[in-house]
Amino acid sequence: MNDIECRLLVIGAGPGGYACAIRAGQLGIDTVVVESRAAGGTCLNIGCIPSKALIHAADVFHGIGAGKRMGISTKDASIDMARTVAWKDAIVSRLTTGVEGLLKKAGVRVINGRATFLDGKTVAVSVDEGDTNRIVAEAVVVATGSAPADLPALPFGGKVISSEQALSLQQVPKRLAVIGGGYIGIEIGTAYAKLGSQVTVIEAAERILPQYDRELTGPVERKLRDLGVELKTRTVVRDAAKNGKVLELDDGSNLDTDLTLVTVGRKPALEGCGLEELDLRKNGPYLAVDAQCRTSMRGVYAVGDVTGEPMLAHRAIAQGVMVAQIVAGQRREWSQLCIPTICFSDPEIVSVGMNQVQAETDGRKVVTGKFPLAANGRSLTLDRDDGFVRVMASAEDHVVLGIDAVGAGVSEMSSQFALAIEMGATLADIEGTIHAHPTLGEAFHEASLAAMGNPLHM
Amino acid sequence: MGTHSITLPDVGEGVAEAELVEWHVKPGDQVRHDDILAAVMTDKATVEIPSSVDGTVLELGAEIGETIAVGAELVRLEVEGSVAGTGKNDGTTAHQPRASADQKAGDRKRAGNNAAQAASHTSLSHARRSASQARRGKPLASPAVRRRALEAGVDLRLVAGSGPAARITQEDLDAHLDAQVRQDGNRRTYRNAETTEIKVAGLRRRIAERMASANARIPHITIVEEVDASDLLNLRNKLNDAHGEARGKLTMLPFIMTAIVRAVSKQPELNAHYDDENELIRQFGAVHIGIATQTPPGLAVPVVRHAGSLDLWQGAAEINRLAAATRDGSAGRDELTGSTITITSLGALGAIATTPIINAPEVAIVGVNKVQVRAAWDGSRFQPRQMMNLSCSFDHRVIDGWDAAVFVKALKDLLETPAVLFLERDQ
Repeated sequence: MNDIECRLLVIGAGPGGYACAIRAGQLGIDTVVVESRAAGGTCLNIGCIPSKALIHAADVFHGIGAGKRMGISTKDASIDMARTVAWKDAIVSRLTTGVEGLLKKAGVRVINGRATFLDGKTVAVSVDEGDTNRIVAEAVVVATGSAPADLPALPFGGKVISSEQALSLQQVPKRLAVIGGGYIGIEIGTAYAKLGSQVTVIEAAERILPQYDRELTGPVERKLRDLGVELKTRTVVRDAAKNGKVLELDDGSNLDTDLTLVTVGRKPALEGCGLEELDLRKNGPYLAVDAQCRTSMRGVYAVGDVTGEPMLAHRAIAQGVMVAQIVAGQRREWSQLCIPTICFSDPEIVSVGMNQVQAETDGRKVVTGKFPLAANGRSLTLDRDDGFVRVMASAEDHVVLGIDAVGAGVSEMSSQFALAIEMGATLADIEGTIHAHPTLGEAFHEASLAAMGNPLHM
Repeated sequence: MGTHSITLPDVGEGVAEAELVEWHVKPGDQVRHDDILAAVMTDKATVEIPSSVDGTVLELGAEIGETIAVGAELVRLEVEGSVAGTGKNDGTTAHQPRASADQKAGDRKRAGNNAAQAASHTSLSHARRSASQARRGKPLASPAVRRRALEAGVDLRLVAGSGPAARITQEDLDAHLDAQVRQDGNRRTYRNAETTEIKVAGLRRRIAERMASANARIPHITIVEEVDASDLLNLRNKLNDAHGEARGKLTMLPFIMTAIVRAVSKQPELNAHYDDENELIRQFGAVHIGIATQTPPGLAVPVVRHAGSLDLWQGAAEINRLAAATRDGSAGRDELTGSTITITSLGALGAIATTPIINAPEVAIVGVNKVQVRAAWDGSRFQPRQMMNLSCSFDHRVIDGWDAAVFVKALKDLLETPAVLFLERDQ
């Protein structure tokens, strides 16, 4: 048993944890981070990054066929999934090595192992066989992340896989059933459809991506149908037979499949680390935190997915950095107006700030402007004419409240949308900003003009 | 039907805001042109605000006691039709902001004052509380402004924004901070809303624990006695004149140590530890005197061991050595533990009287207060004498008041007649 003392102990080296640890180290705080797997957490290892790599590979493969209209033809295009996955793994390893390097550079001690709370300021970390480190800290950050939720009728194993396995398949499945039409299921389902799988998406709600409004999901549904993806909405899987190869649906039919991907949400990773003993206040299944990410126990903070929705890496990073600054004695509290959300579907969906329903609930009068990408030159040169940018502002003073977009490549606009909202931009501010031509960003300019009642190219 | 806003008119030269003191209407009331709506008070006068239209009160823009800026919305009325040149309807059109600004300018003119347009423009834009801001609860400001406000302890809801939609700029925050300075009466200080949290750790934590424990467990009895130190100082000065160069200068402390050694030889119960958990008193033959010493991180108590075996200069040298070692952190554990009785002296800062906390598990502590020339009655007249108080605390569980008083009296006698200090085995 070795005793380690430190000022800040971070449990989990995912985006929330590593960002917190790096910043804390940079601020001169004696910091230890404990992680049982590779640094980078879900995001770098089995989430955001590998899924974007897979999506890009699928787009490249699929684009070969789509190039015909531009006069491009190839013969016998094929994909070697094992090499695709190896390429993806190389990206992941480059990034996780980078994070480890940054932690080291910041003077953070990284301990590999599983942490178990002994009390609010002490954890035991089992490293190798039998050997245990005890770490005593003045402040502790819980950044243990989340894990895929499973279905009681279809526990993970065999032919029933989670998003993690779906990102490391050695072969493209002939038939893939995706249970859960949220953003993870749609992103991965779309990629496999482009790689040649016969994909069926089963969603209990009345449409896929139910967190977005119908206008935003429309282009995605159309594209999925073009790709031959079958969407079974308002459908629930009752049971599975033959090792998960036959799904019994609640409409009485059976669905034959080779692989079943279950993406029905994620649950906070709070079990098995002694956190129950601390009896921290909960917010539903999540740890309750205040505007400074403080839990109900003094000196114990929580960041990232364990603190609830939206479970997004960029939210976790912002929280982690903030906690490091607070521990370093700086005055900080969560003051962000918006957390952008992106679905890397085809086309992509970006949503920043308020949506129409929230504005209405809030009793606001709003003006909305929408500009179709079919009227955007850059979009057409990318061989796409689906999607739009939509801007919503307060009717009274034109302060921009929410910006949404659906379209190929619109994810890169998410930051300019967020910047507009955080800076308190009004429609006139967007109007008075020159947007470079030819870019997708011009559609944001035009949508703002439309909200003011005077679009130029429409 | 449409709505019409009545804003606070310019109520006098140079007045940018006024306190709302009275409402004459409430939501739902019918009002007619020229009916009094409210009264506001400026630093000069109370002014009644009349309605400029007929209508029904929809909403009041402020509460009594609130300070409202000139140009801010006072009352919103529902009016018949749309009022030419004044009210837009419910403001869903895209061009509303500009229109309402025009409307406010119109109201201001109708109020009959001809304040310079440029001057009142500032107050108007300050006054315009953004609708977004009001409902959002969060004032409109860039992340950098929000950060700076948080660090300066400024609630942005109290800052008037001059930007579009009342957005708060860095300059607005500057102006707000300057205004705070003025409000604080030209003291040129900001209201410091900072709270600094300092982790109690290390030596400070140990001191805290020891003090709290000693103060909580030990019923202290403190005796303050006056000592005429004139003769002692004379003696000390003579010794310093004679031997100062060769042996080093003497302070009062070696004399007081010697006095303690002599006093406890008669009252060994005072040179003791009380182990209250085992209900045991340990009296010691050796007198190890703790010297309370201020160090940069806090109080420490180095120990002059076997004080009875040291002469004045050895005692002085040992105190100096220990103080230096304690301050530079080189003092070892055996030099910082094991005292049987303690002296606490703040030298020139020593005050008139103190209430020392016992260095547990000891049972007595001798506090030395500063030497001061005071008038003393010598039986026929007042004499200027070098007076010094001793403030001594005792553990009343094991030391009775009588014994404590005897001890203090012994110290007094020894110090007032220093010759006795050096009589071997005095009677």
